[in-house]
Amino acid sequence: MTATTTAPLTATPVRTMKQPSARLRAWATRGPLLPALVFMIVVTQLPFVATLVISFFDWNALYPKARRFTGLDNYRQVLTDADLRHSVWTTVLLTVAVVLASLVLGLALALLLDRRFRGRGVVRTLLIAPFLVVPVAAALLWKHVLYNPEYGLFNGLLHYVGGPQPDWISHTPLLAVEASLVWQWTPFMMLILLAGLQSRDQQQMEAARVDGASGWQIFRYLTLPHLRRYLELGALLGSIYIVQNFDAVFTITSGGLGTANLPYTVYQSFYQAHENGLASAAGVLVVIGSIVIATFALRVVSSLFREEVSRA
Amino acid sequence: MSTTILRIRRGTGLGLVAWLAGIVFFLPLAWMALTSFHSETDAGTNPPSFTASLTLDGYREFFGTGGGASPWPALINSTVASVVSTVCVLLLALPAAYALSIRPVKKWTDVLFFFLSTKMLPVVAGLLPIYLFAKNAGMLDNIWLLVILYTSMNLPIAVWMMQSFLAEVPIAVIEAARVDGARLPTILARVVAPIALPGIAATALICFIFSWNELLFARVLTGVVAETAPVFLTGFITSQGLFLAKVCAASLVISLPVLAAGFAAQDKLVQGLSLGAVK
Repeated sequence: MTATTTAPLTATPVRTMKQPSARLRAWATRGPLLPALVFMIVVTQLPFVATLVISFFDWNALYPKARRFTGLDNYRQVLTDADLRHSVWTTVLLTVAVVLASLVLGLALALLLDRRFRGRGVVRTLLIAPFLVVPVAAALLWKHVLYNPEYGLFNGLLHYVGGPQPDWISHTPLLAVEASLVWQWTPFMMLILLAGLQSRDQQQMEAARVDGASGWQIFRYLTLPHLRRYLELGALLGSIYIVQNFDAVFTITSGGLGTANLPYTVYQSFYQAHENGLASAAGVLVVIGSIVIATFALRVVSSLFREEVSRA
Repeated sequence: MSTTILRIRRGTGLGLVAWLAGIVFFLPLAWMALTSFHSETDAGTNPPSFTASLTLDGYREFFGTGGGASPWPALINSTVASVVSTVCVLLLALPAAYALSIRPVKKWTDVLFFFLSTKMLPVVAGLLPIYLFAKNAGMLDNIWLLVILYTSMNLPIAVWMMQSFLAEVPIAVIEAARVDGARLPTILARVVAPIALPGIAATALICFIFSWNELLFARVLTGVVAETAPVFLTGFITSQGLFLAKVCAASLVISLPVLAAGFAAQDKLVQGLSLGAVK
């Protein structure tokens, strides 16, 4: 006990004598941070700068000699191209629909799981499972095992009740992709919202209950305001992941039937059409879109973060 | 009296609803597992055959005894990419998190948010230059390129998670070790690591999951030699006659490591996925 309290006092003068200079000490503090920081800048920032540069060139990989600087021409082409504009719209639709649906479902499930009942742990495990399937495998499951018009489970079950036998993916392609993503992302939202529910002030809830507040009133005036930031966090993190979704679109519809979103379009325009300049311009536009979302996301995370730091 | 009975009855009612929801969400997976044990002729029936006899043919077919491509190279590639990148992430993130929590640099929150912002930069934004670089450097279809990319993909998450775990290590203990003359590596290995170990393990598991799942980089940058398990699965995108049991077996086997890692990290899963914002 005495050792820990007196040691720093006696050690301080010795240490200051040994310290060569303030600048060296600062570098010693920064040292452990540098490898990670340099690595991140090299691997993530430099390629983006390169994308930015390439986006100003007319460059088809099949005709490398015809490469030339075109200024903003790629951007003009991307923004006026009907297919690309459609893929921007698809991206927005896909992201908003999946995030909203999985948030609402996730909230309902979190509220159900917040109460005590027999087998709660088992139900929680069952609900998390869809999130822990490899995304391509999940997409294959929906495409072949559930949606297939001939032998899929959906039409099989409809068969029992004498219902119609729709071709799910051809009739409602975007909805088909969205449903599979909602299935995977609802558990994610549920986990975040459940953590939010369990961090409520129990004393405050109990006081409200003693004062005669109804279940709805407690939910509306205590739970929901408390959950607001968790809802925002779930929505924003979900948006960041789903805006970038490639696996489900690639697997279920291969970008066909009007389901090509921006990541798929970028992939296609350089991997199949070899249009490097156009692909880069589209990529830069995806980044601008993400920055808008990310600015909000960072604000939410930092407010939660500051609360954690001040609480500690 | 009657209100408490009502409340209890409503409580069990909602418990049943929760059970029902859990079963509905799990049903596609359960059906996939059941189908993987059916013969191909029983798997592709309408109405579905729930009580068909069980067989391991789907798994035999998947593992290549039926003459198809063997999944083992892909599984080994995925294991190498995921495990090695996770080790690299830990080696880079642990000291960084130390410099952001225990002995913080100036403006450490700014640095922390820089890491987070890189996570928000979409993958497609850097894909083309990385592809061109790999092509010119002769690194296409090379598993080590994926190791580098997966390390960069997971490093921000790991730095955030570890920062929040290391912040829980009491400063007094570290001070005591420092006074006793322990140097940085010793402090990290002997003092910090043991306390933060559960958190470090969870971080590793989450990084492993993200690397194992990744498709876009692997699809664009690998071909024959360095193909990973998700790329192998994309071979099932177009249906090829009777193959449902095989698809189910393949999807299940390839998802198994993720399911195992996910359930092992269950308690810290939210914290990892929310980048440490939710505890």
